[in-house]
Amino acid sequence: MSMLSFEKKYRVRGGTLFGGDLFDFWVGPFYVGVFGVTTIFFTLLGTAMIFYGASLGPTFNPWQINIAPPDLSYGLALAPLKEGGIWQVVTVCAIGAFGSWALREVEICRKLGIGFHVPIAFSVAIFAYVTLVVIRPVLLGAWGHGFPYGIFSHLDWVSNVGYQYLHFHYNPAHMIAVTFFFTTTLALAMHGALVLSSTNPPKGEKVKTPEHEDTYFRDLIGYSVGTLGIHRLGLFLALSAGFWSAVCIVISGPFWTQSWPEWWTWWLDLPIWR
Amino acid sequence: MKTISFARKTLAGALAIGSAILLAGCDLPPQESEQSGYRGTGMDQIRSPERVDVLQALNVVPEPQPEAPKDGPPVSQIYQNVKVLGHLSEGEFLRIMTAITEWVMPEQGCGGCHSDNLADDSMYTKVVARRMLQMTQDINAKWTNHVAPAGVTCYTCHRGLQVPQYVWFNDPGPTTPAYMGNRNGQNYPAAAVAYSTLPSDPFSTLLNNPNQIRVQNAVALPTDLKAPGKPIQDTETTYALMMHMSKGLGVNCTFCHNSRAFSSWEQSPPQRSTAWYGLRMVSDLNHSYLDPLKPVYPENRLGPTGDAPKANCATCHQGVNKPLYGVSMLKDYLTELSAKK
Repeated sequence: MSMLSFEKKYRVRGGTLFGGDLFDFWVGPFYVGVFGVTTIFFTLLGTAMIFYGASLGPTFNPWQINIAPPDLSYGLALAPLKEGGIWQVVTVCAIGAFGSWALREVEICRKLGIGFHVPIAFSVAIFAYVTLVVIRPVLLGAWGHGFPYGIFSHLDWVSNVGYQYLHFHYNPAHMIAVTFFFTTTLALAMHGALVLSSTNPPKGEKVKTPEHEDTYFRDLIGYSVGTLGIHRLGLFLALSAGFWSAVCIVISGPFWTQSWPEWWTWWLDLPIWR
Repeated sequence: MKTISFARKTLAGALAIGSAILLAGCDLPPQESEQSGYRGTGMDQIRSPERVDVLQALNVVPEPQPEAPKDGPPVSQIYQNVKVLGHLSEGEFLRIMTAITEWVMPEQGCGGCHSDNLADDSMYTKVVARRMLQMTQDINAKWTNHVAPAGVTCYTCHRGLQVPQYVWFNDPGPTTPAYMGNRNGQNYPAAAVAYSTLPSDPFSTLLNNPNQIRVQNAVALPTDLKAPGKPIQDTETTYALMMHMSKGLGVNCTFCHNSRAFSSWEQSPPQRSTAWYGLRMVSDLNHSYLDPLKPVYPENRLGPTGDAPKANCATCHQGVNKPLYGVSMLKDYLTELSAKK
């Protein structure tokens, strides 16, 4: 792969978190680093374990492969490989790979002298995953409360865990998370549309500036969040969506065992009208 | 610096108060959990030990009455107008009368059902009690698919109350002005359906005919115009009944169903078949025993639309998947409350 003429000046030595100069080089366009190596190690091991698990199961159909966590009876102990131990190894590998990837992002930020916004954003996604397979299972006392690794099987798990609380749409944190997901797509769609509208003027006219973009939204809703601000807003909306998703599942079980519709009886019980 | 530390204190205070509000009334870990499906399917019951303690305290069975002599002539030759329990000895008869008083009328005592002439049928409570004895015997004989091995006694529903705590009446819901549209009996908080927005009275339709519960389509899209499937209102009524069953039994949907295919018996835990018989049983009891008692009751025992009090799942279960945690009271009253041989 050829290197673009200006790329060289960004390929600076140092800024590593661990191991000094070890693996401080690029392969083609990719920065390696110690955490690149650990990412590859965990990814290969985890994927191999998934293939091993699939080979023990009834199918290699990618939709139907299912790597299930152990029975609840194993609690927080290690399970035999074929009875959920594979799931435990895959979970360790996944956290290792995701964590390594985030730290590799940190190293790249340090090399470039930029902020840590990207690794922080990715960490929220990792946090949501860790909530599902570590924090909530530990709070409930069994790895078996984690979700199974499989395209269909994890959807079945989501459905059943929702029905554990009779009607999951009454979960207040789920409501907040869903609202953030929708708002994220709304903000991204409006931002994308606005940028394209000002950069695609009618034939013969010049491309418009952010002044036009700001004016458009001031005319429309009386306020424009601005060119930088829309990206801050987008980051906030997206991270909030992931964060409240993690909250909505970690409170289901560890902090609320009844149906979610009943949680709202606090409203009916307010002393104003009860 | 000062402003920063003040802001920090305010923030910390707000966080503390906020989390205290959020956690108030919540169940704190650890919880008890029980797996009801293959590992990783999410078919689990998760219960708070504190709530289980409360339920267990509410579901303690009373001590059985001391054994009574079984010899002597049948009681029908001693007392007059003994229509259901005439085959018992006098000792057994007085024993079950004492038990019934403790189970159903602990405060009113014998006078709750009997006038000065014990053989007299003038009090409606006595007429109802006689019918309820027949119902109990009938359940223990005919509905073993649902109630065996524990069986039922008067206490299963009554728990020391003249009228069991959980009975239902036809409930058309609050009336709404015409311009508000038809609420279909839903969208107001009703404990019977676990405070969901579903119809608050799924009983008068679905316990009348449990075969109407099935609403799931067998095909992904309603492509067959001759069999267009059921309307959404029917689905909501079915879900409302299911909310009641979950709440009444203190379990979640996955106790009986794998939600990836609610209707599939192959993928359902065996408890679903017990529940299937239970729905038929409660329907039969309402039709054969409870509803026909309507002319016997005084007006204050009838519902808003003038119907008799009827049974649903919560009437016996009272928040526990096996009523009274599966402890059999019937074993101490087999002669009295199981079917006449």
